[in-house]
Amino acid sequence: MTDNIKFIQGNEACVEGAIYAGIDFYAGYPITPSTEVAELLSKRLPEKGGKFIQMEDEIASMCAIIGASLTGHKVMTATSGPGFSLKQEALGYACMAEIPCVIVNVQRGGPSTGNPTHVSQGDINQARWGTHGDHAIIALTASNHQDVFEVTVDAFNLAETYRTPVILLFDEVVGHMREKLVIPEKGEIPLVDRLRTSVRKGVDYHPYLPREDGRLPMSDFGGEHRYNVTGLFHDMWGFPSNNPKVVRELLHHLVDKIENNVHTITRYKEHYLEGAQYVLISYGSSARSAIHLAKNRRERGEKVGVLELQSIWPFPEALVREKCSGARAVIVVEMNMGQVMKEVKACVDDPSRVFLANRIDNKLITPTNIKTLLRMIQGRGV
Amino acid sequence: MAIKDYIRQRYFPQMWCPGCGHGIILNALLRAVDEMGLDKNNIVMTSGIGCSARISGYVDFHSLHTLHGRALAFATGVKLSKPELTLLVPMGDGDALAIGGNHFIHAARRNIDMTAIVMNNRIYGMTGGQYSPLSGYGKKATTAPYTTIDNDFDVVNLSIAAGASFVARSTAYHVLESIDILKKAIQHKGFSVVEILSQCPTYYGRKNKEGDAVSMMEFQKNTTAKLGSKALEKDPTLIPRGIFVDVDAPEYCQEYDKIVERAMKASQNNRVDQTLTTEAGHTCPTP
Repeated sequence: MTDNIKFIQGNEACVEGAIYAGIDFYAGYPITPSTEVAELLSKRLPEKGGKFIQMEDEIASMCAIIGASLTGHKVMTATSGPGFSLKQEALGYACMAEIPCVIVNVQRGGPSTGNPTHVSQGDINQARWGTHGDHAIIALTASNHQDVFEVTVDAFNLAETYRTPVILLFDEVVGHMREKLVIPEKGEIPLVDRLRTSVRKGVDYHPYLPREDGRLPMSDFGGEHRYNVTGLFHDMWGFPSNNPKVVRELLHHLVDKIENNVHTITRYKEHYLEGAQYVLISYGSSARSAIHLAKNRRERGEKVGVLELQSIWPFPEALVREKCSGARAVIVVEMNMGQVMKEVKACVDDPSRVFLANRIDNKLITPTNIKTLLRMIQGRGV
Repeated sequence: MAIKDYIRQRYFPQMWCPGCGHGIILNALLRAVDEMGLDKNNIVMTSGIGCSARISGYVDFHSLHTLHGRALAFATGVKLSKPELTLLVPMGDGDALAIGGNHFIHAARRNIDMTAIVMNNRIYGMTGGQYSPLSGYGKKATTAPYTTIDNDFDVVNLSIAAGASFVARSTAYHVLESIDILKKAIQHKGFSVVEILSQCPTYYGRKNKEGDAVSMMEFQKNTTAKLGSKALEKDPTLIPRGIFVDVDAPEYCQEYDKIVERAMKASQNNRVDQTLTTEAGHTCPTP
């Protein structure tokens, strides 16, 4: 099926993944370097009877997808840098009201307007804590187009499974780079549809009463069950409550439903990791350089491997600890000031053996950049 | 049906202060819905944050209590994704026109079919009486101890300029008129704005020495006049009430349906180039 083979940008691969996952509704606002996602969906969505709308700002786009999700649709928005900042308010709303939605953030340099057309991975912590208050979040990432496609499908599946916003943390290099994508046949990747209530008309439906497994069956707006959705702490009917027990139980539920499933949510790849003395931990476009270096070092007999993270939040602590347990040193390769490195230091047995190989100057980190640090750690000089 | 069939009695008594005009507006809105015979399952009420916004919790519709100022943006997502639903969007004055001002003018510009009700009590009540963009010049508020120097918006003129295809004004005092206007606004296909002047005796009234709820409602009666009335002709300083604009204009969801039709046809005919050109200056070709 040569129709299924494409040579496209990462942003387009994300759109292909969203279409495969069954996206029905997109709202967005133009911003570099994510705009291609909106452009392509403005063409593709109406072709399949879906809806695209360009809203007046990033805030409104985030609000609109939440509204559309409540009528039973699979929804997404895409943004970057300052736009991701603006989305935080309604992103918190989606956490609190438990609305499935996917938010793409094609990272660019920051803070503020920063570097719109250049690469960065500086929004790792913003994805985790950008919106106010305690909450849990799912954030996925990818280093190549096949994986961009797959994690996008995953993002929709996880959003529907856990009734939560899922963030796709891509970066400018992955978003704009062109490479091959093979679109899987229909059914090759399983799709998740949201759990809908089986409570019949006339029977009291509790939209916010979790089942034993923590899941909440939904009822679409426009259906037989009329209920309240709010960003306030709320009871099992969705009505505002400041009862301390209700508040505590809801917050625990919001955090536990994700943190307790970290093993199911975690996505990662191993490259040359077998018996590695030096473990490189990376993700997104910087992982490409890390993988290149590891391959190169292995060819010279050095035991260097890469743990490529594809899910950043919830942070896969147990996985990282296990994969780093036999390493002489761990080098976190990322394009920020050490946002994932701090997470790695917090969960490995010996944090003093964790180092940062980074670039924060608009440019993609190169294998040579990483090699320089590796040789210094090895005591071999540059 | 009786009014009680439209409310969630489980959540009463409501949280508004004694004398607040918002309960009257809720009543008027529910009577309008009842007289129109609308199916409750087809109604979504979306609101923002503030005293006015709590209205959505009390009604037995699908209700979406959202973020401050963002009710219309959420409503746009609901409506465009399921156009057969009827959207009612009650908002306070600060909610609709300060933090929500951008969403307000753009929803009007799109002419998307929903009814925006601005429950205008000229004050931020829930946070304790700060001035709003509708307080007007020379008023007192907890953030204007020396009186305001801000001018206010005229909701009607602003809505007309922004492109709303139905624009009306009434007051909590003129409740029968409000019911009639709300019915017409809901029936109207397009973006409808109904400003209803409401009273906040607790903050606005107290701060500005306008007396209790009764005298504030008398003020609504005495300072407004029906469009086309002799009273208004005689005294143009009175605030006009009635329907200012009611025009047929292309509605957003219906227009999008046409886009879907064109896109599907083009896709079937395979006339559309599937690739996206991303060089500067080139955009995705439209079907």
